[in-house]
Amino acid sequence: MKKIFILSILFSCTLSLIGQSTFPKNGVNDKRSKHYAFTNATIYKDYKTKIDNATLIIKDGKVVNVSASAFIPKGAVEVDCKGKTIYPSFVETISNYGLPEVKPLGEGRKDGIQQISDKKGAYHWNEAIKPEIEAHILFNVDDKRAGKYRELGYGSVVSHQNDGIARGSGALVSLGKKSENESILKDKVSGFYSFKKGVSKQGYPSALMGSIALLRQTYLDGEWYEKEGKKSELNISYQAWNELQEYPSVFLAEGSWKDILRADKVGDEYNVQYIIVGNGDEYKRLDDIKRTGAKLIVPFSLPDAYDVEDPIDAHYIGLATMKHWELAPYNLQKLSEANIDFALTGKGLKEPKKLFENLKIAIEKGLSEEVVLGALTAMPAKILGVDDLVGSLNEGRCANFLISSGNIFDDGAILENWIQGEPYVINRQNTRDLKGVYDLTFAGNRTIYKLEIDGKPSKPKMNILVDDTTKIKVKSTIKDNVISLSFTPKDSKGALRLSGTIDKEGNWKGRGQDADGKWIDWQVKNKQPLDKKKKEEEKKDEEKVEKLSELTYPFLPYGWKEKLEQEAVLFKNVTVWTNTDDGILENADVLIRDGRIAKVGKDLAAGGAKVIEGENKHLTSGIIDEHSHIAIERGVNEWTQASSAEVSIGDVVNSEDINIYRQLAGGVTTAQLLHGSANPIGGQSAIIKFRWGATPEEMKFENADGFIKFALGENVKHSNWGSGGTIRFPQTRLGVEQCFVDHFTRAKDYEKAKMSNPSKVRTDLEMETLLEIMNKKRFITCHSYVQSEITMLMRVAEQFGFTINTFTHILEGYKIADKMKEHGVYASTFSDWWAYKFEVNDAIPHNAAILAEMGVPTAINSDDAEMGRRLNTETAKAVKYGGASEEEAWKMVTLNPAKILHLDNRVGSIEKGKDADIVLWSGHPLSVYTVAEQTYVDGVCYWDIERDIELRKENAKERNRLIQKMIKAKEGGAKTQKVKLPEDKHYHCDSMEDEGN
Amino acid sequence: MKTVFLYKSCSLVLLTVVLISLASVPSFSQWVPAPGKAQEKPVYIVGGTIHVGNGLVIEKGTVVFDNGKISAVTNTVESNIDEDNAEVINAEGKHVYPGLISPNTLNGLVEINALRPTRDYNEVGNFKPHLRTIIAYNTDSWVTPTVRSNGVLISQIRPQGGRIPGTSAIVQMDAWNYEDAVIKEEDGIIVNFPVLMTRGGWWAEPGKIKENEKYFEQLNELKSFFAEAKAYSELGNVEEVNLKFEAMKGVFDKTKKVYINANHSKAIISAIDFINEFDVDGIIVGGRDAWMITDLLKENEISIILNRTHSMPFLADDDIDLPFKMPKILKDAGINFCMMAENLSGEQRNLPFTAGKAVAYGLSKEEALMSITSSAAKILGIDDRLGSLEVGKDATLVISSGDILDPVTNNIEKAYVSGRSVNLENKQKELYRKFMDKYGLEHKQH
Repeated sequence: MKKIFILSILFSCTLSLIGQSTFPKNGVNDKRSKHYAFTNATIYKDYKTKIDNATLIIKDGKVVNVSASAFIPKGAVEVDCKGKTIYPSFVETISNYGLPEVKPLGEGRKDGIQQISDKKGAYHWNEAIKPEIEAHILFNVDDKRAGKYRELGYGSVVSHQNDGIARGSGALVSLGKKSENESILKDKVSGFYSFKKGVSKQGYPSALMGSIALLRQTYLDGEWYEKEGKKSELNISYQAWNELQEYPSVFLAEGSWKDILRADKVGDEYNVQYIIVGNGDEYKRLDDIKRTGAKLIVPFSLPDAYDVEDPIDAHYIGLATMKHWELAPYNLQKLSEANIDFALTGKGLKEPKKLFENLKIAIEKGLSEEVVLGALTAMPAKILGVDDLVGSLNEGRCANFLISSGNIFDDGAILENWIQGEPYVINRQNTRDLKGVYDLTFAGNRTIYKLEIDGKPSKPKMNILVDDTTKIKVKSTIKDNVISLSFTPKDSKGALRLSGTIDKEGNWKGRGQDADGKWIDWQVKNKQPLDKKKKEEEKKDEEKVEKLSELTYPFLPYGWKEKLEQEAVLFKNVTVWTNTDDGILENADVLIRDGRIAKVGKDLAAGGAKVIEGENKHLTSGIIDEHSHIAIERGVNEWTQASSAEVSIGDVVNSEDINIYRQLAGGVTTAQLLHGSANPIGGQSAIIKFRWGATPEEMKFENADGFIKFALGENVKHSNWGSGGTIRFPQTRLGVEQCFVDHFTRAKDYEKAKMSNPSKVRTDLEMETLLEIMNKKRFITCHSYVQSEITMLMRVAEQFGFTINTFTHILEGYKIADKMKEHGVYASTFSDWWAYKFEVNDAIPHNAAILAEMGVPTAINSDDAEMGRRLNTETAKAVKYGGASEEEAWKMVTLNPAKILHLDNRVGSIEKGKDADIVLWSGHPLSVYTVAEQTYVDGVCYWDIERDIELRKENAKERNRLIQKMIKAKEGGAKTQKVKLPEDKHYHCDSMEDEGN
Repeated sequence: MKTVFLYKSCSLVLLTVVLISLASVPSFSQWVPAPGKAQEKPVYIVGGTIHVGNGLVIEKGTVVFDNGKISAVTNTVESNIDEDNAEVINAEGKHVYPGLISPNTLNGLVEINALRPTRDYNEVGNFKPHLRTIIAYNTDSWVTPTVRSNGVLISQIRPQGGRIPGTSAIVQMDAWNYEDAVIKEEDGIIVNFPVLMTRGGWWAEPGKIKENEKYFEQLNELKSFFAEAKAYSELGNVEEVNLKFEAMKGVFDKTKKVYINANHSKAIISAIDFINEFDVDGIIVGGRDAWMITDLLKENEISIILNRTHSMPFLADDDIDLPFKMPKILKDAGINFCMMAENLSGEQRNLPFTAGKAVAYGLSKEEALMSITSSAAKILGIDDRLGSLEVGKDATLVISSGDILDPVTNNIEKAYVSGRSVNLENKQKELYRKFMDKYGLEHKQH
């Protein structure tokens, strides 16, 4: 075997150099040029260029050329490919082919959180950041696995170690049996990144938002290392990270389309345009994805239908799940129609063979074959910058190509997969399309048997046609051009057995024995078309007009099909809770227009606005939930470090949470989505408006001030964690104070250092956040229970020259309301929760009213997805227990939280110019007997009790249609799966979740 | 005998000391006030709106009770009362209700749920009908007085954990000790029906949902236990006493009910079969998906202790108000049901508001009231004594200045358990006053 310098491959795209090998030889020189000419073939030079009757010439593992000429150079072996089709072999971009399985470095800790990396050496502090991993160094040829890829048509893969957030570089390797030295086509193709920390047992990061923060910090650290850091330390990881920035960056964002937007946003912040690996639901948000400008790599695993024969079982499948089943096959087509560049990956397929099955389904449904071929060949090569090596049969490319019996997206089969000029036989079965009716004749016999051949080339079904209704089965085997047949003719006492060959023209002949053992000559000729009924085609036509689910925003039940518009509405004769000096106005009118409250008064003119009669109804500003954990994805707590100031809920907003709709129905229009309470210094919060159907970014309240969650007490001490939470500092309230003092002291020192030496200081996102707090650009909402710690935090803040914005929960606030007033802090509390843990033992439902009376503006919050639906009656408890006035109680869920969140210039009251975030109630808003009839955000009616009834009917109808369709699919042979219950995540402060791998 | 006497006299001395000290620091005693004294003379509640609890409302009527029992309920404002020998309460503009009944609770079984020493509801083992909840009932819980203050006077208390967590009890909530509290000492056997789907994780962070592969095994195990217990109950003489089976005896002669926790529609269907198979007095507890099988429930005359209305629709596809309208659905289907409140005792006081929520979704106010009074009494088998304001029943009732079901108006001014006046003070009110006084603010609530 000939050995080639790797470099010669890398630099020999256009020239075929004489390969030399450094390896010693045992035996005589056996250098072969593997010079071949494949003639008479239909050749896809690339996915767009199809040449009929063409010749492909290869030499030394490279393509010499593809042309329509039949010229065969001297020294080339001719391979006649008449009737065959040649394609470039496919390119896989996401694989760990040839790389060792990744195992955790340590076992983690049982008594708490592993803080320090178990990786030995001069590497990054976090086990999930390992840009130093280089696939080409770890690579070993694995012929067994390569064989599976080859069978599917792949000729090369970009392989990377699929673990961690920064995963290092991937190498382009071919899938042949050659040595590693020859198989590695390009050592470093691209860097790979993801949101998943992988097998690392190190605590940080535990949540998606932690992964995102770590990624951000690593970009900053890499820059700093290059400028300054390397003067004082050697860090292999940062070195590698910086080198890797020269290569394309591939980001595995596989959670949903939202992850694509998230990844792109992070990339934009550091001037990186990621190539993004999606998850197959891109069709749900094409416009937003297109706007990222990212090239995509998309998987093509299709969900199985469900077993829905049992109506009760079927009830538990979500409409969104069923719709995805129906629409997923259209994903590629939709991407293509939207002109988004994408490559296909087989990643995620349960069975590799499914790739072709699924693609055929999609093609049947209208996806163009050209797009598919491109997505398997040229696009992956181009996207990763290896199109000079693979992905087409242009001159100088690797001689990686498929010889198939015909159109591989129809019933053509891959016969051979040539890789670097070496053939790998995939399919030895017959590939000739034999379908037809033939004459089978015997020498010296006038009988003509009609031989009918149907079925797949690899499994032909043969019958002798006796008359219109009678057929005799013929047993047959075909290997290469050797054929054997046997059947028992009518009125014969035994079988006729025939053996023969098929010639180039498709004629069969040979020798056989009849029932008496007499030898006879036979032949088969005169091919005529099958008399096929047109049923199948009719069926296809039927499917073309297949009724499909409509996209909804969000992709959930109760999503909207057409964008909801701002309305001009006049509410007439309604009781208006203004939350202004005007108090509660009886029989008043309110006009909203262009998303704002245009007028409040009496006898207003509609001026073209829709009029809603408000008699016996009440109109209020929308409820604002100061403390919510809905609409958060993959972890509400980055619970691993005492300070996680660098993480942000804003990075993980989940706009597709049904709780948004449910709470709109409870009159909620805005919420602060808070980090959990596992750390003294938690994460940054997000304030969203309930714009049902918007993307995560679109939901965010524009120009809102930044907030951050702090926490005190049992949760930050990990008091109720049992033996698994005994080592992280702090474990006592004493430690909690020092934790704050330490962090703010460090932040001050950091600021000083930055001022005196701006270029030398590493930008530290955690410290930057703390500085924002001290510089009054970010505001603290602190989870708090016991009076001592509340006082402590106020004193710490005063020591560092700022004010705590909000104490949330603040169950013992009533004990130190005077101190709070003096400090100037707001309060946001539950109405009546208590007695569930020790530190809430002195909680009283009078708390809110006492605080308010003492002059501390106070809100009532939910901290609970269910309670968030009925904050109007929760706040009524301030009246019941604390004797607050109804108006004051109402402000506790509207104007006061608006003030607390610094949004009272926009929302929280009904007055001219404020946002039209309003609720129309069926009666007194504090009463348990009242329901929200309409909820508007920015003048858009997102909740309408009447429309909801219609949506229920539509959902039921759509569910039924899809269930019937699944049953049909199952009857038609489709694979199905058992019904699983959906997973609803409802977070509270102390929810912990691992982003894991 | 002598020692007992001495002990008694000691305790009397001690009690006197305590009483004296309490008198000097009255606030301390109010965290768990002394139970009311036995009724000494007839009480006339006059002029109030009487919510009988069975659906009837009497505007401006009179309720009379004597010796702890209701002696008259009239639709007139009694004026002819011997005021020297009776207590007259003017309830004009106010509302009179039966004491509210909260089924399926942990009241008095846990003080602070995060603290293990204060939890007494989950014993080791799987089949534990012999466990008697009543003996752990803590009459001195700080939480109970806060629950009473909103009108809840009767609780069913039951353990958790395992296939059969134990035997429940029914208590009145103004008592010196558990024996004093008993309404029904051994009320029923709790059964956690096998679930078809199991979910990992914990309450705030539900994990993946899997099919319960052991469902049939668990169902068989449960059935075998019942079958063997039934056979045991038919034995005249037993060679070896089995405490578990002894505890099950009442199930088969129907002196004990069987409370079956089941939520998934298929689990409820199986539970109904189970009830029929063993011919027991079975009640479904939870019943989340009962709306899917109302005909079956009706046909088999199955009663439901319904999950609280303040819960989430189980599925994203569900009508978003499904838990709110469940009571109305069951009512329309003619199914007996009562309502429960939040699980933790700290939130038990919200029972009337969970019922009130159903009114916004179609139930009438009196129907909502029934679901926490007479219907609850009937389902728990205590309707001979409790659940409505009818002659002969216990004088266990409350007076609220406003509508009891609505938090903005619920304001319990008086409460009686068997005619004994309940002290409505609690720890929280005391803390309220303590700090209002600190700030020199006027008490807006008593």
